[in-house]
Amino acid sequence: MKALRKILAIVMALALVFSLAACSGNSNDDETTTAAPVGTTPIAKDAIKVGVLHITSIKDTSGYTFAHHQGIVAMKNALGLRDDQVIEKDEIPDSDAPAVKAALDELVNAGCNIIFGTSFNYMDPMDEYAKKYPDVIFSHGTGYKSNDVNFNNYFGRIYQARYLSGIAAGMKAKEINNPNLGYVAAMDVTNSEVTGGINAFALGVQSVYPEAVVKVSVTGSWADEKAEATASKALVDAGCGVLAQHCDSSVPQTTAADNKIFGCGYNSDMTAQAPTAHICAPIWHWDVYYTTAVKEVIDGKWTPTNYFGGLNEGFIDVSPINEAVAAKGTKEAVEAAKAKIMSGELVVFAKGMTKADGTVVDHDLTDAEITGEINYYIKGVELLK
Amino acid sequence: MANFINFFYAAILSGTPLLFGTTGEILCEKAGGLNLGVEGMMWIGAFAGFYTAWKTESVFLAFLVAFASAALGALLYAFLTITLKTNQNVTGLTLTTFGIGISTVLGFAMTENAGGNPQISSEFMSKLAPIEIPFLSSIPYIGKMFLNYNPFVYIAIVIAIVIALIFKFSKTGLAIRAIGENPSAADAAGINVTLHKYLCTIIGGGICGIGGAYMSIITLNGTWQSGGGVVGGYGWIAVALVIFASWSSAKAIIGSFIFGAFTCLQYYIGQFSFLPAFIREMPVSIYQMLPFLLTTIVLIISSVNSKKISSEPHSLGLNYFREDR
Repeated sequence: MKALRKILAIVMALALVFSLAACSGNSNDDETTTAAPVGTTPIAKDAIKVGVLHITSIKDTSGYTFAHHQGIVAMKNALGLRDDQVIEKDEIPDSDAPAVKAALDELVNAGCNIIFGTSFNYMDPMDEYAKKYPDVIFSHGTGYKSNDVNFNNYFGRIYQARYLSGIAAGMKAKEINNPNLGYVAAMDVTNSEVTGGINAFALGVQSVYPEAVVKVSVTGSWADEKAEATASKALVDAGCGVLAQHCDSSVPQTTAADNKIFGCGYNSDMTAQAPTAHICAPIWHWDVYYTTAVKEVIDGKWTPTNYFGGLNEGFIDVSPINEAVAAKGTKEAVEAAKAKIMSGELVVFAKGMTKADGTVVDHDLTDAEITGEINYYIKGVELLK
Repeated sequence: MANFINFFYAAILSGTPLLFGTTGEILCEKAGGLNLGVEGMMWIGAFAGFYTAWKTESVFLAFLVAFASAALGALLYAFLTITLKTNQNVTGLTLTTFGIGISTVLGFAMTENAGGNPQISSEFMSKLAPIEIPFLSSIPYIGKMFLNYNPFVYIAIVIAIVIALIFKFSKTGLAIRAIGENPSAADAAGINVTLHKYLCTIIGGGICGIGGAYMSIITLNGTWQSGGGVVGGYGWIAVALVIFASWSSAKAIIGSFIFGAFTCLQYYIGQFSFLPAFIREMPVSIYQMLPFLLTTIVLIISSVNSKKISSEPHSLGLNYFREDR
């Protein structure tokens, strides 16, 4: 009797294993036999599933992932999706390809129709998975890869907001009569996103304070609070009076506050963290894109085109000016420049811009150049190291 | 010259948490316990110290709680390895994982509770401002380089020196060294092996915890950062520094500040105009590699140099079974 029970148990276990294997085989077959291009068949609103990959925790209270998570939540509320229709996988390190793929597997298996990846290095695994699962839409923020079936790219003209924050920073620098401004940069001159941001900031500064110099300190990491603290301190030591930043935490702003100087944050309004120092920050409204994209999928109107929104779309902006800190007239100056950028009267990376080596750019930069080819600092930007 | 002084000053500040970690680990290793949980204990101290500072606004309580919490973590390690004789490497690594995990989770809970990144009041932070000694702090160069730090820089150095003196001159120090070299001989000589091992591990762990609190409170300007970079690897550098300092907390003072200098070199070297341009303009990654390159070189030198008697405690990493003579 005992032996029989054992045999029965083994048989049942085997049956379970085989049925599982059969299931997964089937589902793969299903996925490769579609006819209509993905995104063109409408999906019922209460049937759609959205997946998201985040690099740090969705419980963060400021910074990059916080901003994306806010965007996803706003999208969910705007479209009236249920909690179980949005699956957010957080703390997926983008340098760990197996972890990224495992998370993507999980989202695909959960039946997601569209998957957003928010960090740069999710790019290659998403590219690979887009080919493997042509029925699922993959949408990647930052980066530069896409295909013409089910993989697009989304990013924004954050340089426009950096230019505006540059105006605010420049006016403050002029008010305190210190032409040295500091910039904590995550990556070095070869990274077009970071370098373009620094140049845009410097152009904004120079538009109100022509003799100002922006000193750049590179940490080599998107999120390393200790390095950001040391880099910020080095900029203070180098005599800077205003600190701007392209890194995830608010450490440069709290360092500025500690040293009784001023600053412009990034990603979210950092006035809360450094009320005595922070002027304003370039910020994202990710919900603008997320809502549009998911709405398109629901309506069956999604196309594999890349998204590059700016001030005009309301996709990026500057956070409210902290009047307690900002120089007089900052708000008006920023608003005026904002209107000019939106009307097209003011082009940030315009013809006639002088590079640090003295050569002059002979045309307005194209979008392709802005996203991938700014690998030089402009005149008035110096590397502090 | 001003650039160099700023660099020197930044190096001392970066080296201070390393000095706490290294001193704590030396105390533990001298008694034969290889505690790889330094990173975890520093994290525990970082969270506990920060939380207490945020809630009570008392500097004394903050660092006391940081010490006690990390010591509790070390007690766990001590109980497992000394009493239950578990493998020291595995237990230490577990303590690291545990410490990072629990501090991150509690950190998130704290952040949620505060509805934003928790910040310690500026009154609290002003108590940790650099101490201005009348006349002395304003001596050109020397004043800024040696006499104008926050109190915990001096505390770290004093603790390191006191522990070095204990090992060199006191009977307790001799007893601990004996245990580290040969616990059965020490036992035969009537030294309470278990008691000494427990005390060294726990006090050492507590000192590591102060280092963690130093990072979350002082290095990061009194704002809790949930990004996960609060301690971020300093505990591991401290473990390597123990070897660099050849198990002497006096040498650890120099070692920590050298490593501190390497971690901030990249931000200052560009301003050293006396250096040739190609050195000033090397990629950032080269500078980030330097501390680890230095560790590798030290390890190679200390392993090649076999003639000299090794300063590593002989029973390091081995559990002591009294019945196993």
